[in-house]
Amino acid sequence: MNLTLKVWRQKNGETKGKFEEYPLSDVSEDSSFLEMLDILNEQLVEQGQEPVAFDHDCREGICGMCSMTINGIPHGPQRATTACQLHMRHFRDGQTITIEPWRAKPFPVMKDLVVDRSPFDRIIQSGGFITGRTGSAVDANDMPIPKSTADYAMDAAACIGCGACVAACPNASAMLFTAAKASHMNSLPQGKAEKDRRTLAMVSTMDDEGFGGCTNIGECEAVCPKQISLDMIAHLNRDYAQAQVKNFFQTVS
Amino acid sequence: MNLDAKIPEGPIAEKWSSHKFKMKLVNPANRRKYHVIVVGSGLAGGAAAASLAEQGYNVSCFCYQDSPRRAHSIAAQGGINAAKNYQNDGDSVYRLFYDTVKGGDYRAREANVYRLAEVSADIIDQCVASGVPFAREYGGQLANRSFGGAQVSRTFYARGQTGQQLLLGAYASLSRQIGLGKVKMYNRHEMLDVVKVDGHAKGIIVRNMVTGEISRHAGDCVVLATGGYGNVFFLSTNAQGCNVTAAYRAHKRGAGFANPCYTQIHPTCIPVHGDQQSKLTLMSESLRNDGRVWAPKSPETAKKIRAGELAANDVPEDERDYYLERKYPSFGNLAPRDISSRAAKEACDEGRGIASTGLGVYLDFRDAIKRDGQKAIEERYGNLFEMYQCITGDNPYEVPMMIFPAVHYTMGGLWVDYNLQSTIPGMFVGGEANFSDHGANRLGASALMQGLADGYFVLPYTVGNYLGEQGVAAAGQVSTDHPAFAEVEADVKARIDKLMSINGNESPRSFHKRLGHIIWEKCGMARSKEGLEEAIREIQALRKEFWENVRVVGDADGINPELEKAGRVADFMEFGELLCRDALMREESCGGHFRVEHQTDDGEAMRNDEDFAFVGVWEYLGDDQEPKLHREPLIYENVKLATRSYK
Ligand SMILES: Cc1cc2nc3c(=O)[nH]c(=O)nc-3n(C[C@H](O)[C@H](O)[C@H](O)COP(=O)(O)OP(=O)(O)OC[C@H]3O[C@@H](n4cnc5c(N)ncnc54)[C@H](O)[C@@H]3O)c2cc1C
Ligand code: SF4
Ligand code: FES
Repeated sequence: MNLTLKVWRQKNGETKGKFEEYPLSDVSEDSSFLEMLDILNEQLVEQGQEPVAFDHDCREGICGMCSMTINGIPHGPQRATTACQLHMRHFRDGQTITIEPWRAKPFPVMKDLVVDRSPFDRIIQSGGFITGRTGSAVDANDMPIPKSTADYAMDAAACIGCGACVAACPNASAMLFTAAKASHMNSLPQGKAEKDRRTLAMVSTMDDEGFGGCTNIGECEAVCPKQISLDMIAHLNRDYAQAQVKNFFQTVS
Repeated sequence: MNLDAKIPEGPIAEKWSSHKFKMKLVNPANRRKYHVIVVGSGLAGGAAAASLAEQGYNVSCFCYQDSPRRAHSIAAQGGINAAKNYQNDGDSVYRLFYDTVKGGDYRAREANVYRLAEVSADIIDQCVASGVPFAREYGGQLANRSFGGAQVSRTFYARGQTGQQLLLGAYASLSRQIGLGKVKMYNRHEMLDVVKVDGHAKGIIVRNMVTGEISRHAGDCVVLATGGYGNVFFLSTNAQGCNVTAAYRAHKRGAGFANPCYTQIHPTCIPVHGDQQSKLTLMSESLRNDGRVWAPKSPETAKKIRAGELAANDVPEDERDYYLERKYPSFGNLAPRDISSRAAKEACDEGRGIASTGLGVYLDFRDAIKRDGQKAIEERYGNLFEMYQCITGDNPYEVPMMIFPAVHYTMGGLWVDYNLQSTIPGMFVGGEANFSDHGANRLGASALMQGLADGYFVLPYTVGNYLGEQGVAAAGQVSTDHPAFAEVEADVKARIDKLMSINGNESPRSFHKRLGHIIWEKCGMARSKEGLEEAIREIQALRKEFWENVRVVGDADGINPELEKAGRVADFMEFGELLCRDALMREESCGGHFRVEHQTDDGEAMRNDEDFAFVGVWEYLGDDQEPKLHREPLIYENVKLATRSYK
């Protein structure tokens, strides 16, 4: 296939960026979107130009590293699919494709399509874990966990931390990500002991990092490659309300 | 080169506990005086960094991704083994040990493997306690399945995303320690060299991949957990960033490299589609629990399929060769990876391959769907089926999957003793980066097990033992002002300058592809003396060309993926030669290493225990010198050396 690519080029966080247009030919329909970018980059290198910088690693839709907005949609037009798993057969010969980085204030652009997603790490560091010593756990079957609970936890835990939800949200809210992470831990018996503390800490870090509030627009769910459901947000809201009430009467620590 | 494996005395089942008892302890108040450097945040590195920090040591942890949660361990699909015997099907620590030694074609060190089996049960407990949502039965108990090379169900899994969930567990523990200030995490930092002081590893040189700044980091010891080198083949199931740089740089500074030719070819990957491809995708081996592997019986039928004249589903039963079931009746479709891969290659070599290239066989769920219903299959493998459809455009519920072997895992790595210490004192190596537990072939679901065993249960003890032996007076004594740091830093900078200045005509990626092609063709699923000798000559020529003609565009002082690639490819070039040398030296067939000269009449691998029951460890002697081979003899006291049969 032959394509025209409009790609966001930005040298670094300090300089302004702009779109550049590149024609590209002979792209196989079986190639992935990132393989298509590889071809573009080889072409640019050949011309002595800097290739387009983009984040990627596993190319299997699981590491959450790839991050780009394709024709206005984070991870592109295919539902429940990361950019690395998007294949060119979903595009038309002769099409113009616009590629830009995640747009959200808490995710500043570092170069071209690369953005800084470290706020996600800090949300986890503030409480997205179960406090426990390594190496001294009781037998795993001592605590039966109903299949439905384990399945629900797994649905939540499937989040790959890509940040598409933030990029899609007009408020740049990180609610879907935070809710997925909190719901995973909060729903399991092992995670119950620190549920309130965890919830308050994660939500407050999320706010401190500059993410906007959630106004239930639902764009996040629509673009999420792992189909994390808005139910998770409801779950987090419920846990948060409970924790706040408890915190009001007796400081949660 | 001193290859004392330091295997503890005593019966195998007591070695680890008696060794632990004899180890030096560090008083909790003194632990905060020590600083440990951990390179890598995958299962091995992440778990080690979290555990060491929790014990009270100060830890600096490095990874090249933007977050530790993205280490390549995240991609593991199928599961993790543990000798829990929850299924009451006859599993035990001893059986897991036995299966692993046998599966590795008797080329692993018994004592290490036994310890791995022994701590495997603790790993599951640990993971569950930290919130890993393993699959459960309706009654709330953990569910299990079986994997290639085993006749018991000992594999724990979290849908098709086991690695992800295990890594997120370790990442959560690590994050807690980062939050507490006990671990300083360096994302987007690439380690480019090791610094030795008085022979001991005391630090590393690192490039900040965002600013390009080169920095020095000193510590009381260094743990490398930097993963495997499968990407030396260019196409593999590994993530794009996987590389050999950290291990190879350490090798050049004195760490022995063990068994580099042991690479695992995984039998169930999606076949290659064309020359724009950048990676191969694995279809989890767990699929072989229900999927039946077959190829057409005759080349004529295969030809019709390739030409599109015949659909797989229309091939009559008596024209299908379920070759694994036929050749290995007791393991059938669950035959180990090396055996299954070779069998697929054989079918394709006979002209019976399918897919447009002729390099493919079928993995068919027709019978399983008929037996258990589509819903049950969806429950078990839904996301894998979706992944397959997403990549190929075919619906595997309706047509059989096409699969072909691909490079997947590397059993070779830096040599380590029982304490996971390399031949450089103070440098420990964990996870896929070391060579220790899988011999010549790794059974499914045991890499995750090894990564976490090393990280949660071995390194936290043995690193403490080393620090204790050094004494508290030595803690924090070496700083980055030491001249050794300046020297290594200068080397690192000179190398980057050199790469930037060549200004040739060919991209690093293109060189990587050419290198990968040589190694796959001549040191892939089958190897011969002539082929390997040719490969070595070709790699040498390619390397020369690389240093004359590579083109690295952009600047060194900012984000520059081309520079990162160039540095890694340069190391792969040297390492690729070492890999071929090792394969040439090993005049036998074992596990993932198949020398065409050494096979039985019916085409099975022929091992030579008389001459090759050793670990081959290479010492670097200089850029223009052949490396020197050392041998660590392998002594089997518990499992009798026997021909490996899965019939
Ligand atoms: C697709 C796939 C599926 C798999 N499925 C299974 C399975 O089902 N069961 C199983 O047991 N095994 C499986 N494996 C194998 C298993 O995933 C790996 O062997 C294991 O996760 C390796 O863990 P690790 O901690 O050693 O390394 P990794 O997880 O690869 O981590 C390496 C770390 O080192 C860092 N690093 C590397 N080089 C540098 C450097 N120079 N400077 C700084 N940091 C560096 C990286 O950033 C990363 O953090 C699978 C592998 C693949 C490819
Ligand atoms: S919730 Fe979905 S979109 Fe958001 S980070 Fe997780 S996987 Fe990505
Ligand atoms: S590159 Fe890992 S999810 Fe896309």
